[in-house]
Amino acid sequence: MVKQRLVVIGNGMAGARAVEEVLARGGADRFDIVMFGDEVYGNYNRIMLSNLLNGTQAVDDIMINPLNWYAENNIRLHAGEMVDAIDRGAKVVQSRNGIRAHYDKLLIATGSRAFIPPMAGAYLGEGRLKPGVFGYRTIDDCTAIVDYAKTSKVAVTIGGGLLGLEAARAMTVLGCESHVVHLAGHLLEMQLDTTGGGILRKAMEAMGIQVHVKKLTSEVRGADKVEGLTFKDQSSLDCDMVIVAAGIRPNSEIGVRAGLTVERAIVVDNHMRSVDDPDVYVVGECAQHRGRVYGLVAPLWDQGKVFADHITEKNKSSVYLGSKLATKLKVMGIELASMGATEASEDRDEVVQYIEPKKGMYKKIIVRDARLVGSILMGDISKAAYLMQAFDRDSPLPEERLSLLFDLGTPNSKITFDEMPADAQICNCNGVTKAAIGACVTAGKRSTSAVMDATRAGKGCGSCKALVKEAVEWFCGGDVQEDPSVHYYVPSIPLNKTELIKAVRERGLKSVSSVFAALADGIEDAASKPALASLLITLWNSDYIDERDARFINDRVHGNIQKDGTFSVVPEMPGGVCTPAELKRIADAAVKFNVPLVKVTGGQRIDLVGVKKEDLPGIWTEIGMPAGYAWGKSYRTCKACIGTDFCRFGLGDSMGLALKIERRFRGIDSPGKLKLATAGCPRNCSEALIKDVGVVAIGDGKWELYVGGAGGAHVRKGDLLCVVDSEEAALLYSGRFMQYYRENAKYKERTYTFLERVGIERIRAVVVDDSDGIAAELDAAMKRSTDATYDPWKEAHAPKTANQFASAIEHDGA
Amino acid sequence: MLQKRLTNSLPPSNMMEPSMSATLSIGPIEQIPPGEGRNFVIAEQEIAVFRTHADEIFATQPYCPHRNGPLADGLVGDRRVVCPLHDRTFDLRNGQEIGGNCSSLKTFKVSLTEAKNIMIFL
Repeated sequence: MVKQRLVVIGNGMAGARAVEEVLARGGADRFDIVMFGDEVYGNYNRIMLSNLLNGTQAVDDIMINPLNWYAENNIRLHAGEMVDAIDRGAKVVQSRNGIRAHYDKLLIATGSRAFIPPMAGAYLGEGRLKPGVFGYRTIDDCTAIVDYAKTSKVAVTIGGGLLGLEAARAMTVLGCESHVVHLAGHLLEMQLDTTGGGILRKAMEAMGIQVHVKKLTSEVRGADKVEGLTFKDQSSLDCDMVIVAAGIRPNSEIGVRAGLTVERAIVVDNHMRSVDDPDVYVVGECAQHRGRVYGLVAPLWDQGKVFADHITEKNKSSVYLGSKLATKLKVMGIELASMGATEASEDRDEVVQYIEPKKGMYKKIIVRDARLVGSILMGDISKAAYLMQAFDRDSPLPEERLSLLFDLGTPNSKITFDEMPADAQICNCNGVTKAAIGACVTAGKRSTSAVMDATRAGKGCGSCKALVKEAVEWFCGGDVQEDPSVHYYVPSIPLNKTELIKAVRERGLKSVSSVFAALADGIEDAASKPALASLLITLWNSDYIDERDARFINDRVHGNIQKDGTFSVVPEMPGGVCTPAELKRIADAAVKFNVPLVKVTGGQRIDLVGVKKEDLPGIWTEIGMPAGYAWGKSYRTCKACIGTDFCRFGLGDSMGLALKIERRFRGIDSPGKLKLATAGCPRNCSEALIKDVGVVAIGDGKWELYVGGAGGAHVRKGDLLCVVDSEEAALLYSGRFMQYYRENAKYKERTYTFLERVGIERIRAVVVDDSDGIAAELDAAMKRSTDATYDPWKEAHAPKTANQFASAIEHDGA
Repeated sequence: MLQKRLTNSLPPSNMMEPSMSATLSIGPIEQIPPGEGRNFVIAEQEIAVFRTHADEIFATQPYCPHRNGPLADGLVGDRRVVCPLHDRTFDLRNGQEIGGNCSSLKTFKVSLTEAKNIMIFL
């Protein structure tokens, strides 16, 4: 193949990077590359210029591509040659010194120059800056500034943007009294809001830099060198040196002369090609894409890649779609990150912020439709990586806002996936790592449920489900597929809970198999059965047709299955109270059936663990107490402290109330476990504040009702629902809350999740204030449920199904 | 119906003495409630037998290859069984685990007589 010639005008960060990208795609086989650069150096890192100023780095240190790099890659570099003409007809460029080069493809990467705003007295003569006035853009600028500072006392930097602040800081290091003069109302107005700008200003002033905002410089005083500045408001400032860092202007004049479309810069299409000429590409600060001109490095990298993809034909469909600007930097020793908007701009925008001016700490996020549209972080930017990723990918944010700003250091704290090592375990129950979830997403599973099915992540205790969801979203980069079945009550029937209840009522479906027949084409999804059974029991109570195959094994044999296939036996023991006679019977039964473990449970009951299935009827009979329902998604038990009977602090009869609660609600099914407690005083010895429903005596016969507490896989203090003045009222409102939960929660959704989803205000309105006028119906429904319960251990003498308690059926095969 | 108390610590079937191929009756379908499974001991071998609501019969090894969960105690539906311990789900027709996290179950051929007696092929 005959090589084409690629000519690159501009040897700055954009031009050189673009050429690197071409080489990385094997472009050396395709093109002879010729580069022109104004400066006599190779390509250097302009971001590091302030280090040249303050003396922490030398010229060699900031070189990215030293001159020998060009030779090694067979690139012909014309350093110090400014191209000022392009003949697009003849496909030739020409430098000011007359060097001509033919091109087949041309890349314009002329970048930009320091903008010197119009000020009287800035120039001495034709285009020559007055001695003491400096631009701040190149190595030569820096060398001149350092040199001049040796004999200067007061240096003023015009411009309080990123470059200006760095320059001002460097001037203090160079021994000058340093001032910053800024046109806008606060510093870094592109990156910060007023609050952030104010904090930064304080920090600068603490370093001895004087800040003057809302100042427009009208004149540079001094006859043959700088003596001071005069501002539009007639104030003035004496100085002997001025560094102008008031922005940049694209070097796009060459485009104008070549007849290309130039607005604010040379206009390009999505392939970074001039809209006028398919053989001319433009990248960097001299390019205008979709109306925007970028002055930061990150967009240059992206543009360079697209250019290289396209020109080498590695990927002709590669397109640049614009960049979302996010910066992370250290200004004046203050770490700072900024992305997107600095202020809310629409009514629906949600602003969350934290300000601690003394420490120079400021954090702000702007959220719109659960997406990050802007953020400012100062002083502590530990969350920057996570937020920048969320901003860049437009990925949905977790509900928990606080953890977006802080690493809270609690078990619940959100982990930033950027920082999480690949082998970090996300699901501890099933040992699923971040890498495993990533591999699964890469393999094409793009919804949370698909990843959960494939990896089993989140399918153990379930406490990591939210984290799994975030991990999937992170790996999908905003391209996560919403699985519609997450809104269904069970995945196999496309109805949410409300719709399903309506269908079940209308059609009078009273058994799980009839639901499958009517609503799921007769396909009986095994995993959906217990959820449907729970719903039908709640709806139909005593009219429910109890097909035992729809229940989890625990609900078929009324005990909790253990790892070896044996079961646990927990008799009812409300408030942890039993009689000595009952205690003896429990002990005798444990001896008689050789029970391997006797354990007091977290719910203040006695657990006989390791009982064989076929021994269950016998041991229940021997114990002679009702079932404790320690196995199901149901009301479990009510713990109690000792209350008023013996405790010298007791304010209310917690044991008595626990007994009443248990007698009323025992055996009702519910979407998740219901663990309750009563406490005789606010010391809360029975941990009532972390229960699904907790009732706390506060004296004068009054009780506080807490709901939505948790002390398991998740820890949460319950929310105060109401204060009542009798035990009967405590029973009533507890029951009404539980019924509302039973009718509205998703299957396996515990009260603490339900409560956070619905909100305590809404629940209080319905349950306490009867805002929806359904209180009486909730109470009646709960009454129907409690009336329909029975002691399942009576099945010891009247088995519900064939071989209900048989571990195995022996058969001779005859 | 002869019932015998058994622990779950029976030796796995592959440690049994090899037996001749045989067709054995394990009695009427009513021994298993619709939609459930029960363990049977047949010729000194423990086997889980499942009955669907449509009266299809399937037979597999009794314990889950993952952590020895008792499969007859699992949830059955759509010709699958879900192990009660850790939700491993198996296709009852061929024993394969859905999702491929687990080795497959050994399955046994079964049939129903006209009188609805379960026949099993060992």
